[in-house]
Amino acid sequence: MSGITYKSGREPHAKEHRVVFRNVDRNGWDTSLKTYMSEGGYEQLQRALKMPRQEIVDEVKRAGLRGRGGAGFPCGVKWGFIPPTNTKPVYLICNADESEPGTFKDRYIIHQDPHQLIEGMAIACFAVGASLSYIYIREEFPEGASILEKAIAEAHAKGFLGKNILGSGFDLEIYVHRGAGAYICGEETGLIESLEGKRPYPRIKPPYFPAAMGLYLCPTIVNNVETLCHVKHILEIGADQWSRTGTPNNTGTRILCVSGDVRKQGYFEVEVGKVTMGELINDMCGGLKPGRELKAVIPGGSSAKVLRADETFTVGRGDDARKLTIWDIPMDFDTLAACGSMAGSGGVIVIDDSRSISWVLNNINNFYAHESCGQCTPCREGSLWMKKITDRVVAGKASPSDIDTLEGVARNIDGRTICAFGEACSWPTESFVEKFRSELIADTKPELEGAIVNAETLTAAAGL
Amino acid sequence: MALAVPPELEKVIDERITHYPVSKRSAVLPVLHHLQHHFGFLSEEAVEWTATKLELEPIKVLEVVTFYPGFRQSAPGKYHIRVCRTLSCAMAGSYDLMESLCDKAGIDRSGVTHHHPIAVSADGKFSIEFAECLASCGFGPVCMVNDDFHEAVSDVESLLGQYS
Repeated sequence: MSGITYKSGREPHAKEHRVVFRNVDRNGWDTSLKTYMSEGGYEQLQRALKMPRQEIVDEVKRAGLRGRGGAGFPCGVKWGFIPPTNTKPVYLICNADESEPGTFKDRYIIHQDPHQLIEGMAIACFAVGASLSYIYIREEFPEGASILEKAIAEAHAKGFLGKNILGSGFDLEIYVHRGAGAYICGEETGLIESLEGKRPYPRIKPPYFPAAMGLYLCPTIVNNVETLCHVKHILEIGADQWSRTGTPNNTGTRILCVSGDVRKQGYFEVEVGKVTMGELINDMCGGLKPGRELKAVIPGGSSAKVLRADETFTVGRGDDARKLTIWDIPMDFDTLAACGSMAGSGGVIVIDDSRSISWVLNNINNFYAHESCGQCTPCREGSLWMKKITDRVVAGKASPSDIDTLEGVARNIDGRTICAFGEACSWPTESFVEKFRSELIADTKPELEGAIVNAETLTAAAGL
Repeated sequence: MALAVPPELEKVIDERITHYPVSKRSAVLPVLHHLQHHFGFLSEEAVEWTATKLELEPIKVLEVVTFYPGFRQSAPGKYHIRVCRTLSCAMAGSYDLMESLCDKAGIDRSGVTHHHPIAVSADGKFSIEFAECLASCGFGPVCMVNDDFHEAVSDVESLLGQYS
């Protein structure tokens, strides 16, 4: 990265390893095709077009690239799910519906380095045989949508998109499709329904695995923005070198977004698993605010289960088993899963001892109650019940047994819905109740046991 | 009354529909975005117009309009403000920001409900609503004014002063 300088105050931290974010906040960098091409832009696409398609898929598989959107599913394996006997058109969709609370990375890729994404998409489209591709971008990124459309037009004019790209015989059109403010559109089958012009009710899997039956019931690959950008870099340096960054089974770099109670919030691209929670919070984010102590961390977007500051986590099995404090947790997919949570979308929300746990959980519950699509009863009703109960807790109008009810509602959602939103909305409540039960109960009033509370006063009290 | 869509807007919409060669229905969201951007909100006539344009039953359009928080069925103010309500922004003070914005813009949010989330100032200049996570969690509190994005908003007066 010699010769690259960054805008004052926006320099990457020494522990960062910038690949996808290489050009974010960089001095002299802009979104034009000219700038992108001045540093080897679209050269990987040109190389890819001369490679056998399977070789690209194998390279991505070998790199071990795991999806950066939330589930961490191996990208090359996902591509390989397209039925080999398929005769239908194949589509590729870039999921730019970034809306998991705590996550703010795709915005900067789109705003500052759109051609990186387009090149990654074009390579991926060639690899899976897609000639029509959409970028599903959330409606709240209007500037991002126009930057992408401009970049697509430029790439088109240069012959990197369109008919017979660079004489290869491969055709590709990429279009930008704007969502309309619904979180559920980030779920890949909900996204597909939305792109078909419908309400984004997720589809049941099986049979609707997108790689077999996706957009217009044709094989469809849905990948996150950050994931697609990595495809370009895997081709550039080769799977072997790429997978030397990060840690085994957690290869490459990923962008962690830190918000909440730290001195310096922000985004950091790090080698997966090479940075611990302690290094992230204390070194990269400058530590907690003066005089404050850590209370909890939500490590992978608001649907990830909360980690309590004083917990001890046992990870690994047999001889490899070891105990970790919250500070020792390496920020990778497998360790965070072993700690009972998930790396999710990379959105780390830090909560210090000035915060009321009831208030934090209530804020999250309000989000999920608003965003449930309403298709499955446990989720539609349950998310609202959870919100109403924590509204009551925050307003000082709940009884201790309400906390049991709250937990019971959550446990009756998870595993009983069509899509993973059921888990996303119930995991926060399940984990907060499990880990902070006494604090939640302290905000309730035993004398209200059995009392009927006026719903309207509650809504007013919660400021909604 | 039929919707008066200017010919140049219709041309843009027609081009946009070509982005969906497999199914015109896919163009519902983009067509509605164009109409909302032009008219400020989506009237019954806008729904009818979209349905005719895309050869759909009007209910297929209406069900989309009523589902997505990004579509409005009533007129907002000249400048529509969306304040992020979700956790990181709330921790950074977005509820206080909402209060001071309402205070300075002369907006009364007491009538706001889940189905009518938007409150408009008496002079019609500003309208406001809470939005869920706007994906800039490290730089809260954040808000949008029409299509403009504002991070770490602290000075409400100077923010509103940019819009007159």
